[in-house]
Amino acid sequence: MKFGPAVAFVGVIAVALLTAAMLLTAGWTRPPVHAEQFGYRGLARGQISDPRAATLVKFANSVPEPLDPAPATGKKAKAEYKNVKVLGDLSVDQFNRVMLAITAWVSPDQGCAYCHNTENLADDGLYTKIVARRMLQLNRHINADWKAHVANTGVTCYTCHRGAPVPAHVWFNDPIGPHAGGFAARTYGMGHPTRTNDSTGLPSDLTPYLENHETIRVSGKTALPQGFGASIQTTEKTFSLMIHMSESLGVNCTYCHNTRGFQDWSQSSPARVTAWHGLELVRDINDSYLDPLKETLPASRLGPHGDAPKADCATCHQGVAKPLLGVSMAKDYPELGGVPAAK
Amino acid sequence: MAYYQNIFTQVQLRSSEPEQGIQVPGLERSGEGAFLHWIGRIGNAQIGPIYLGYYGVASLVAGFIAFEIIGLNMWASVNWDPIQFVRQLFWLALEPPKPQYGVQIFPPLNEGGWWLIAGFFLTASVLLWWVRMYRRATELGLGTHTAWAFLSAIWLYLVLGFIRPLLMGHWSEAVPFGIFPHLDWTAAFSIRYGNLFYCPFHMLSITFLYGATLLFAMHGATILAVSRFGGEREIEQSLDRGTAAERAALFWRWTMGFNATMESIHRWAWWFAVLTPLTGGIGILLSGTVVDNWYLWGVQHGIAPSYPPVHPPVIDPLAVSGATP
Repeated sequence: MKFGPAVAFVGVIAVALLTAAMLLTAGWTRPPVHAEQFGYRGLARGQISDPRAATLVKFANSVPEPLDPAPATGKKAKAEYKNVKVLGDLSVDQFNRVMLAITAWVSPDQGCAYCHNTENLADDGLYTKIVARRMLQLNRHINADWKAHVANTGVTCYTCHRGAPVPAHVWFNDPIGPHAGGFAARTYGMGHPTRTNDSTGLPSDLTPYLENHETIRVSGKTALPQGFGASIQTTEKTFSLMIHMSESLGVNCTYCHNTRGFQDWSQSSPARVTAWHGLELVRDINDSYLDPLKETLPASRLGPHGDAPKADCATCHQGVAKPLLGVSMAKDYPELGGVPAAK
Repeated sequence: MAYYQNIFTQVQLRSSEPEQGIQVPGLERSGEGAFLHWIGRIGNAQIGPIYLGYYGVASLVAGFIAFEIIGLNMWASVNWDPIQFVRQLFWLALEPPKPQYGVQIFPPLNEGGWWLIAGFFLTASVLLWWVRMYRRATELGLGTHTAWAFLSAIWLYLVLGFIRPLLMGHWSEAVPFGIFPHLDWTAAFSIRYGNLFYCPFHMLSITFLYGATLLFAMHGATILAVSRFGGEREIEQSLDRGTAAERAALFWRWTMGFNATMESIHRWAWWFAVLTPLTGGIGILLSGTVVDNWYLWGVQHGIAPSYPPVHPPVIDPLAVSGATP
């Protein structure tokens, strides 16, 4: 075996490099990897997943048992209790059922006192009660007005909160740490690895798209140039948003796009239309519900620039294409559906 | 025989004194030269003497200025935090001016001015090194093949950072400095201009790039394989074929029906290497200036096939609802 030492040497080097790469960098999965094809053959359109992670994903997205249904008949909550501004149309039983559920979903450790003055439940003294009231309006608004994105699956408080007063995935304006001032070159938020850009050097600030409604589309619309289109910097912002969507949903680019022509709708999957409405939904949530809460929330809940915590795709999706793996909790809670936002 | 089957060079030839090379009037080299065993494992064991000259010194100075400008601005981007500078080093960036500055020569320092200055000094450094390389070759009586091959790489560099941004009228089109940032730029560039895979010059460049590695592997393997017959003396073998050249030629004629010669294989390799950045640079130069979306261009010219639909028809929501994207 005169090749023995050379082969062994190359082998040792290769094993050492691969081990180092697996230990020092994220996102490695050992075979077997599950691949599900959903495009025409030869186009590499498919979903890659790690079968060993399936149990973990299922556990992370397990749904709490629904409370026993409450009759819609009987005295209305607004007639029984004082200062009921959102859920007054419910029966007293339904109202109390929602209160029990919301405590289990949002403040299981803190209990009723997280939002209520226990001496006087009608008191609006705690900021958390003001926020919770607004969130109930948001929940009903989503289930009534955003069927283009949530269909009949709907959402409940639990979709985002998962037992925590603040959902695990929220974001603030301009998340990159301090930058030297003066004449030092600005990087426009680029060049720093974060959760949002999935450890690339792309921009990490979702403000332009999920708050400021900037145009997301960047690819050339025609074969030949028609003037100066989207800049490379704009493209990098869009690219980062798309990475954020992909990471938030645990899907590849090809879940929505035929990547040979990203912009082409006629070759995209129907999921892209759902995702488009999702972006509109997130903008609506941030504009009308979350951003204005900066007036209500204490400074400890605000971001470094004094802005309220805002929603992105991960806030609901939390790593899976359908939040809670598509299980509808809203169907068990008719109290949270069917009331459009006041225009 | 095991000498020739090891990935390290087993034989180290050393002169009794470090070789001083031919004397060139007026060009003094510095240092006496020394031998290093571990360098000898991968190349010639002798280090030095070294000649830098005015062009070499000027190139290193310009390169150092560019390096400092880039590094200090990166450090500033983490607010002079030394730990974050090391942790995020591969991510840190020095970005070109924003689109609104067009091709202004003096945008504000913090809005791309530093990028332009760094680019100027880096370009000066690279061009001065090219002059030095050309002059070293002619002084030694060599051909200038190496310099022209280097110029091909410089062409791609200049297209990316200077020529194409000028044609587009925006420095913002140029590449940022930084390890990951320049790679992110590359991916974003392909997305913006509709998938470079459909650009014929990108296809050519990739062909030459992979072809060059294939040729290098074939040539390196062939020469190592016939070294036992003196095949590593390629120049002698090309003019006065010995059994090494005969066997190598026969090997390739038997395995693929055709063989390069001891001389022509080097022309193959040189041209493949030179054509990689040359054609790649043309592809970059045409993106945005002449073609805005390579995929749509490919559809127009019959190189992007259509496939049977597998989904129900999908319509752009903007086309139906009139909302803002």
